[in-house]
Amino acid sequence: MYPIMHREEMSGGTVVLNEIHAPQIAARAKPGQFVILKANETGERIPLTMADTNPGSGTITVIYQVVGASTRLFKTLAVGQGYDDIIGPLGKPTRIEKAGTVLCVGGGTGVAVLHPITRAFKQAGNRVIGIIGARTRGLLILEDRMAAATDELHVCTDDGTYGHHGFVTDVLKTILARETVNQAVAIGPVPMMKFVCAITREAGVPTLVSLNPIMVDGTGMCGGCRVSVGGENRFACVDGPEFDGHKVDFDQLMQRLGAYRAEEAAIGAEHACKIGR
Amino acid sequence: MEKNTQTWALPRQSMPEQDPQVRRSNFKEVPLGYTEQAAVMEAKRCLQCKKPGCVQGCPVAVDIPGFIQKIADGNFDEAIKIIWRTNSLPAVCGRVCPQEIQCEGACILAKKAGAAVAIGNLERFAADRARAAQAQDLPAKEPATGKKVAVVGSGPSGLTVAGDLVLKGHDVTVFEAFHKAGGVLVYGIPEFRLPKDIVRSEVAMLERLGVTVACNQVVGRTVLLDELFEQGFEAVYVGVGAGLPTFLNIPGENLIGILSANEYLTRANLMKAYLFPEYETPIARGKNVVVLGAGNVAMDAARTALRLGAETVRIVYRRSRTEMPARGAEIHHAEQEGVEMFLLSNPVRFCGDAQGRLTGMDCIKMELGEPDASGRRRPVPMPDSDFHLACDLAIVAVGAGANPLLTGSTGGLKLNKWGYIVTEEESAKTTRRGVWAGGDIVTGAATVILAMGAGRIAANSIHKYLTLGW
Ligand SMILES: Cc1cc2nc3c(=O)[nH]c(=O)nc-3n(C[C@H](O)[C@H](O)[C@H](O)COP(=O)(O)OP(=O)(O)OC[C@H]3O[C@@H](n4cnc5c(N)ncnc54)[C@H](O)[C@@H]3O)c2cc1C
Ligand code: SF4
Ligand code: FES
Repeated sequence: MYPIMHREEMSGGTVVLNEIHAPQIAARAKPGQFVILKANETGERIPLTMADTNPGSGTITVIYQVVGASTRLFKTLAVGQGYDDIIGPLGKPTRIEKAGTVLCVGGGTGVAVLHPITRAFKQAGNRVIGIIGARTRGLLILEDRMAAATDELHVCTDDGTYGHHGFVTDVLKTILARETVNQAVAIGPVPMMKFVCAITREAGVPTLVSLNPIMVDGTGMCGGCRVSVGGENRFACVDGPEFDGHKVDFDQLMQRLGAYRAEEAAIGAEHACKIGR
Repeated sequence: MEKNTQTWALPRQSMPEQDPQVRRSNFKEVPLGYTEQAAVMEAKRCLQCKKPGCVQGCPVAVDIPGFIQKIADGNFDEAIKIIWRTNSLPAVCGRVCPQEIQCEGACILAKKAGAAVAIGNLERFAADRARAAQAQDLPAKEPATGKKVAVVGSGPSGLTVAGDLVLKGHDVTVFEAFHKAGGVLVYGIPEFRLPKDIVRSEVAMLERLGVTVACNQVVGRTVLLDELFEQGFEAVYVGVGAGLPTFLNIPGENLIGILSANEYLTRANLMKAYLFPEYETPIARGKNVVVLGAGNVAMDAARTALRLGAETVRIVYRRSRTEMPARGAEIHHAEQEGVEMFLLSNPVRFCGDAQGRLTGMDCIKMELGEPDASGRRRPVPMPDSDFHLACDLAIVAVGAGANPLLTGSTGGLKLNKWGYIVTEEESAKTTRRGVWAGGDIVTGAATVILAMGAGRIAANSIHKYLTLGW
């Protein structure tokens, strides 16, 4: 078992942080890489990009949104309990270079994945501008840590309850009009990444995105995670999870993410009856 | 020893099976096994040939007449011991080996009486009986050598190496990427053909012998092969299989409802998605299913789809029946259960709806032309023969390639042009000192018994290396 050492709930309990003892993975993981977790015998294998690692204490941190049956199960795990199975670190690490000015854009729980990458770009000597957003103030995560990892941080909420009233793309446009940006990173919901990439493409700013397609093995064995990049099929688990955002077919990714929507709805209904009982 | 005179003329004992109409909606095993009586009757058909064709036809040269005679004598405990000498997974092999082109294909009785001795069924009988009777006294182990061996991959090849070397007194650890050991035996071959309890008990047996099975260890990611040497392992066996799916590369292949057989079968078998929602992994349940390809993998996928409630399941294959690579029994079972065969047909594109879901497939008819490099007649498209198949699930089972995850992260291993590891045939040595390889990662997708045979060769060579040097 891989025990949970520390646990936090965020965004009113819709987002959960687990710091998990997994020394082998912690020792090797780099920003941008992910793990696959399975809670118990009947559980599903769920990929999550690591939000942090601590080789000293042998822990990795994941932050996930409670969306389906599996993450609901994850949420029930208390400190001292843990996951039966975790594999990693999987995928390619982010290529961290000294590019000049780097713009890091995150939405929703994507901010959790963006944070270690942002920090690494800063440590590599870049000037780093951050833009993070959420639907509403209560759902915003890691603002303080993102502030510490950037030279300049902009916060947006869709409903205007905090920071800029509007989308991350509004702020993005302002910044791109204001100064030269050498590299962008966008991590968040697929539509957000799609719109960010539309803007940065126009501005000619290379943009990395981190993709989260449906996965099974995470080792290039099943092809379930295939995404179309520049018209070619790539396996996100081994060729990614990061790709050139200007080449990704986001519409197809969005459709493929819905492949099991009917089954998820069925298990959701089942879950609701169990609670009702 | 008395010859089994006269009895050879008896008909081949058939193995009782679940009725096709019943079994097509459950995941229980299809053939039910021999009774003791049937096994003895079948064993008595064996001619006890002086020059047995069967042994020559067996890739690991099991002493077939020897174990069959023991069954004929009713000495079942001795029968299994004879098999174990050369085959450590008989309950598996009895079920999945292509006997018709191996032992049974070379059986002298077939030439004489028309039907070969049912060697596979007898092997299965002896193994199942031993398991049921818990007759598996641990085989004797040689004194500990203190030498550490790492086996990467827990498929039949890796398990064979682990079993052989632990008996020779070495300290063996198996590193497996998945959360369960067994390789294709757990993630690929379905329950109705190979019950997972059998694989579990084989792995448990190795653990009782002292093998450490370390799951969730992706070598090349979690730990590098080079680091295994730093950790004190003196020899490494690479048996990682051919885990790379092949797609057709035709338009529409990313529509929802098109899966590689690897994905479909892994969901169904390893993740037990057929028990959804008790098991949480979902699986696509198609109404009208097409399966592309005609090997064992394709048959397994087709029969799984039937059991998950499909109304029609169609195998679409570009060559003809004689070229179908699946075991005869699998094709027969699939057809009995209602799988339809669309032979000499080739998909050209997938069609979908506005939501990106699969709705059908355009195909073209083929005819067989001149033989190609493989000696098989090459299928060529027939003009104006396009047709459309409506389907909501398509499973691509047209072969596997070499997964580069381990080989790409390990120096010193020579690969061939397809990415498979190059080894010396008689020792299974790779081009890197201290590293051996075998099974599908060397041969390309092949069979359980060939993977085991390579494991046996490597184990002997590793033992020699650990005691005498490279
Ligand atoms: C659906 C299906 C049906 C089949 N039916 C038959 C049949 O009826 N008869 C027959 O003889 N053959 C059959 N085969 C073929 C047979 O299963 C294979 O030839 C055989 O399993 C190969 O054994 P192996 O040990 O080389 O590899 P595998 O069985 O593929 O095992 C390799 C193992 O290594 C693990 N691994 C991979 N990469 C790593 C890594 N980097 N680190 C750690 N572990 C790793 C994998 O997870 C896997 O568990 C079938 C195959 C499939 C897919
Ligand atoms: S070839 Fe057939 S008849 Fe002869 S020994 Fe082998 S199994 Fe028996
Ligand atoms: S998750 Fe199976 S190939 Fe990527």
